[in-house]
Amino acid sequence: MMNELLDFILLREANTRYVVAGTVLLGLTAGMLGSFTVLRRRALLGDAIAHAVLPGVCLAFMFTGTKDPFILLVGALISGGLATFFMDVVQRNTKLPPDVVLALVLSVFFGIGIFLLTMIQQSGMAAQTGLDKFLFGQAASMMGRDVVLFGLIGGSVLFILFIFFNPLKLISFDPAFASSVGFHVFRYDALLTALLVAAITVGIQAVGVVLMAALLVTPAVAARYWTEDLRVMMWLAGAFGALSGWLGAFASYYIPGLPTGPCVVVATTFIFATSMFFAPERGVMARWLRHRQTGRRIMRENVLKTLYQLHEEVPEKQLFTLHDISEKRFFVPQELALCLRRLVKEGYVRQAERGYLFQQKGWEEAIRITRLHRLWEVYLAEHLAFPDDHVHADAEAMEHMITPELEEKLRQTLNHPLHDPHASPIPYNNSASTST
Amino acid sequence: MIVSDARRSEGQTIALEVHDLTVAYRDKPVIWGVDFALPERQLAAIVGPNGAGKSTLLKTIMGLITAASGQVRVYDQPLEAVRKEVAYVPQRESVDWDFPTNVLDVVMMGRYGQMGLFSRPGKADREAAMSALEKVGMAEFAKRQISQLSGGQQQRIFLARALAQEARLYLMDEPFAGVDAATEAAILELLQSLRAEGRTVLVVHHDLQTVADYFDYVLMINMRLIADGRMEETFTTENLQKTYGGRLNLLSEVAHLATRHSHILQAEKKPE
Ligand SMILES: Nc1ncnc2c1ncn2[C@@H]1O[C@H](COP(=O)(O)OP(=O)(O)OP(=O)(O)O)[C@@H](O)[C@H]1O
Ligand SMILES: [Mg+2]
Repeated sequence: MMNELLDFILLREANTRYVVAGTVLLGLTAGMLGSFTVLRRRALLGDAIAHAVLPGVCLAFMFTGTKDPFILLVGALISGGLATFFMDVVQRNTKLPPDVVLALVLSVFFGIGIFLLTMIQQSGMAAQTGLDKFLFGQAASMMGRDVVLFGLIGGSVLFILFIFFNPLKLISFDPAFASSVGFHVFRYDALLTALLVAAITVGIQAVGVVLMAALLVTPAVAARYWTEDLRVMMWLAGAFGALSGWLGAFASYYIPGLPTGPCVVVATTFIFATSMFFAPERGVMARWLRHRQTGRRIMRENVLKTLYQLHEEVPEKQLFTLHDISEKRFFVPQELALCLRRLVKEGYVRQAERGYLFQQKGWEEAIRITRLHRLWEVYLAEHLAFPDDHVHADAEAMEHMITPELEEKLRQTLNHPLHDPHASPIPYNNSASTST
Repeated sequence: MIVSDARRSEGQTIALEVHDLTVAYRDKPVIWGVDFALPERQLAAIVGPNGAGKSTLLKTIMGLITAASGQVRVYDQPLEAVRKEVAYVPQRESVDWDFPTNVLDVVMMGRYGQMGLFSRPGKADREAAMSALEKVGMAEFAKRQISQLSGGQQQRIFLARALAQEARLYLMDEPFAGVDAATEAAILELLQSLRAEGRTVLVVHHDLQTVADYFDYVLMINMRLIADGRMEETFTTENLQKTYGGRLNLLSEVAHLATRHSHILQAEKKPE
């Protein structure tokens, strides 16, 4: 068993080499091409075309009686091309929305395909067995000849993608502008569709028509999580696709009879889920952490501001109890307790026997946040003519967002005002702490 | 409506000429028989209510929509012959700003028309793009991801992309929409410098308070061309009433002011 595994990983057998080369190449091509179809919002088109190649494969087999991959490929190409032609014609001549047209063509072609497949299987034709592998794919059935053929087609697809990188990028981002500078958007869309048909045709033996779309869409979507650069996204999607292809091939090689398509889908989905959760910046975890951090900061600023206001009311008072704080402003008690514990730990306040005292760091922060709040109130009242009694709520939100640069601008614009619209003084002097 | 021969013979070069243009989406006509001639070196505004067909007119001029009938000529030539002389700035909302690319790349797209299909941007292209970015005050944002831009910054990037095209005729769809007062002033200055360089600028504009201050020339549209000509003679209360019908009342003006303010607030609120 261990030995078989090593055989596969080290590519010891010729056939393993073909299978691995074929699936990796397929994954690479599909991932890279998929980046464009996803960004151009044509993800479903791939699924429709993939399903639509099945009748072509079946008819090619029925007419020739052979399973020669080249002949079947030609059938698939014709069938896929016909499907896109139908979609175009139906779209132009009816008022049907695009998704309806896609669904229509997908189901009609796939239905015919299944019908033909059933006929073939019941006809008892020689060599009929194994045609159903085109449904879910059987990577292990690939031969050297197939791989050379796939390699040629996949390589051409990639070559064309690179040549037309700029126009394809442009029509994906801003089609209206693209045609305004003289690019014929519909030609590039047609090119993308043709490339899709080619890539899918290559993929059906390894992955199958039903699940081919997963290899076109999922790696691209996963790659988007990691980067903000289209080129990087393409390569990453290609790598994810290749990895998924390899894993799928491995599973299908290792467990005879297991179709490749589902294994590939499981692999891409795993990569996608990992990306979605753990990618820095765009990932769910990163967002959640950022969110929590912001929430904590806002809470901290609000509590410090409340302490400052308490101090302002009774300047002799240095020690503030939980009771004082919640009298002044409503906080959820558990959250307040948690926040104060963090404030103590981070050195903003000190805990004494019967309450909390400002530390220098907390005092400065409290002054800063109070100042921002009041400056913003002045700005709203003076420059945007908000009524005085309407400025507070807006300032509550803004005080947490104003950057030092913006504060500087505000100060200059407002000419360093001394009081807010409610006549409370605006604190500028950071060092006037009485507690340290 | 026929453009008077008198105006054509004033001796001014005509930058953009639109003849009896009718445009329909499917079977529903949205602009009817629009006919005008815009002299060069003008800052011209297109005004009209929502759904009047302003965006449609610009798109048709650019050949993005096929007209049901009529003709467009730019510097007395069909558009195809002078496409490189015309720059189009779409409405900012027309694209997905979450696209994986950066500011400089978007501005560089303004060079694609000149560069040709297969060539990579050269030094001249990069310089044109950078200088366009400088003109809109966004040079330090060159490497910034476009998904991180505020609305006003997105608008300036679109303008920079058009500047990078180095065209003679500029068509812009609501470049002032949703920008704060400072950006509005900067954009206006930019348009004025384009005019000073001898270029012609046609802008869809929604703010009736500022049209007369900002522009020399105006096209008033509500499915048909209601009036066109120099600002002083054309932008009259009577024409405004004809263009906006009953819609131009106090209430809509107040609503308009309120949205302007909310834009300012939003622009400021966006954290850097
Ligand atoms: N793609 C489309 N398909 C069908 N109808 C459309 C399409 N685009 C616009 N219309 C219709 O054409 C008319 C003119 O639209 P257009 O966008 O040109 O108006 P506009 O003057 O730019 O309005 P706004 O001030 O809201 O931008 C509207 O009635 C609109 O509903
Ligand atoms: Mg519009």
